[in-house]
Amino acid sequence: MIKDKIITKGLNLHYGTNHALKDVDMSIKEKAITAFIGPSGCGKSTFLKTLNRMNDLVPGVVIEGSVILDGENIYDPRVDTTLLRKKIGMVFQQPNPFPMSIYDNVAYGPRIHGIKSKAKLDEIVEQSLIGAALFDEVKDRLKKSALGLSGGQQQRLCIARALAVEPEVLLMDEPTSALDPISTLKIEDLMSELKDKYTVAIVTHNMQQAARISDYTAFFLVGEVVEFAATDTLFTRPVDKRTEDYITGRFG
Amino acid sequence: MSDRKFSIIGSYKTKNSVERAAGFIFTACAFFAVLAVFSITLYMIISGTPAIFEVGLRDILFGTVWKPNAADPSYGILYVILTSIVGTFLAILIGVPIGVMTAVFLAETAPKRLAAIVKPAVELLAGIPSVIYGLLGILILNPFMYKIEMAVYADSPNHQYTGGSNLISAVLVLAIMILPTVINISEAALKAVPKHYKFASLAMGASHIQTIFKVIIPAAKSGIVTAVVLGVGRAIGEAMAISLVAGNGANFPLPFNSVRFLTTAVVSEMSYAADTHKRVLFTIGLVLFAFIMIINLVLNRVMKGGKKNADK
Repeated sequence: MIKDKIITKGLNLHYGTNHALKDVDMSIKEKAITAFIGPSGCGKSTFLKTLNRMNDLVPGVVIEGSVILDGENIYDPRVDTTLLRKKIGMVFQQPNPFPMSIYDNVAYGPRIHGIKSKAKLDEIVEQSLIGAALFDEVKDRLKKSALGLSGGQQQRLCIARALAVEPEVLLMDEPTSALDPISTLKIEDLMSELKDKYTVAIVTHNMQQAARISDYTAFFLVGEVVEFAATDTLFTRPVDKRTEDYITGRFG
Repeated sequence: MSDRKFSIIGSYKTKNSVERAAGFIFTACAFFAVLAVFSITLYMIISGTPAIFEVGLRDILFGTVWKPNAADPSYGILYVILTSIVGTFLAILIGVPIGVMTAVFLAETAPKRLAAIVKPAVELLAGIPSVIYGLLGILILNPFMYKIEMAVYADSPNHQYTGGSNLISAVLVLAIMILPTVINISEAALKAVPKHYKFASLAMGASHIQTIFKVIIPAAKSGIVTAVVLGVGRAIGEAMAISLVAGNGANFPLPFNSVRFLTTAVVSEMSYAADTHKRVLFTIGLVLFAFIMIINLVLNRVMKGGKKNADK
């Protein structure tokens, strides 16, 4: 039996008058990849951002319902969001390395969480870069600016940076939509490796990508989860007519 | 015939002359500013150098006695130069941290309503004539400094009392005067930092304050340095306010000494100076001009450096 890592119950989100998420119930399995698909504006990215409370930063957001991570509600008022976000890392759509060296980018997280020892930081940086399949490409220029890397390398650097704080869950918001096909393939390979150690949730526009890499898929439409199932099932025997229309490209 | 083609032959000559005239006017206007800079430079050099030959460069720049009206006059401005450097440096030391922190407040942490009060206040501060700063300095700072002076020097009968017109007063006035420059430019630089840096940092579990100090301020570094350099320029060029509060004695820049800056040296004596004395005042102007030029060169370097970084 695969354990649930995150369970959402009756999750509702309003941006002002816009009801962006409607009664979302979902369970994200531990050490598996869960993909969220759906047309633009369907709420899949918004849902992802409720999982590490990045939506808190948007003015005027109201969230109801609960998100249970390992038995604790992350919307409990006692929750320290910095600890939450240490446990749940995030990779964004646009590669967004800081304007500093490759080394400092990866060491950023451990440093803010209090690690000062140079030897320990060296170790973490190396392991994180290896974990993000980037070490061999950058090991000779760790002190060079991260902004000199290619887009695909920058995105893997962002993954390494997220891994460096030793999260348990990794949220990825369309991580390959700004990348070329070869970089995309590298990141997809990487994700398949990452699920051995981490729980991964990914938002993607690309249905083939969801089909290729994910274990579970949720189909979102105007703020609702239409269907949530094992990826094989959802793509071969969808239950809902709307899911079938969408995955066969007949959606209009 | 109905199929007459639309002709593209125009009255090239008349059109061309209008275009040319407009182009000439723009060029002439642009040339005006350049002309001004060149003539100022030329004029400062022409009027500032005779005294150097008359008195000697070393006697002016490194002499410590300023007695232009004595029977055996001496025109040493070393203390004046030092005062300008020390005074500006201290004003920057006080004004920059306050200014940058205010900019952080406005750009990052201020609630909207509070920012709506602070921002116009800062802008107003920039528009207040410098003489007003001086008047307030006389009214508020100097009496306060005088009290401190009396307390500090209570046991030293040889002390020359300044009535509170001293280096500290001048430095404090300058520090306040550079605030708007530092705040506005730093705030613009902080606001220009891409939001995705901030989100990336927060998503890793950094607090807002950690994000500000470790990511946002470093990313805005070149803009903040620009703010500091412009602040230096404003401080070193300021004359009116500090001539009212600094005491104007050509003394070594110690906290409770009455001091004279390069600017105030010119302002306070030009009205009655003649001959060599007057020419030395022009030389002081030239020295100040050289300082400002150096600051501008540094600023250009910084701005170019910032651009290069952004392009990488």
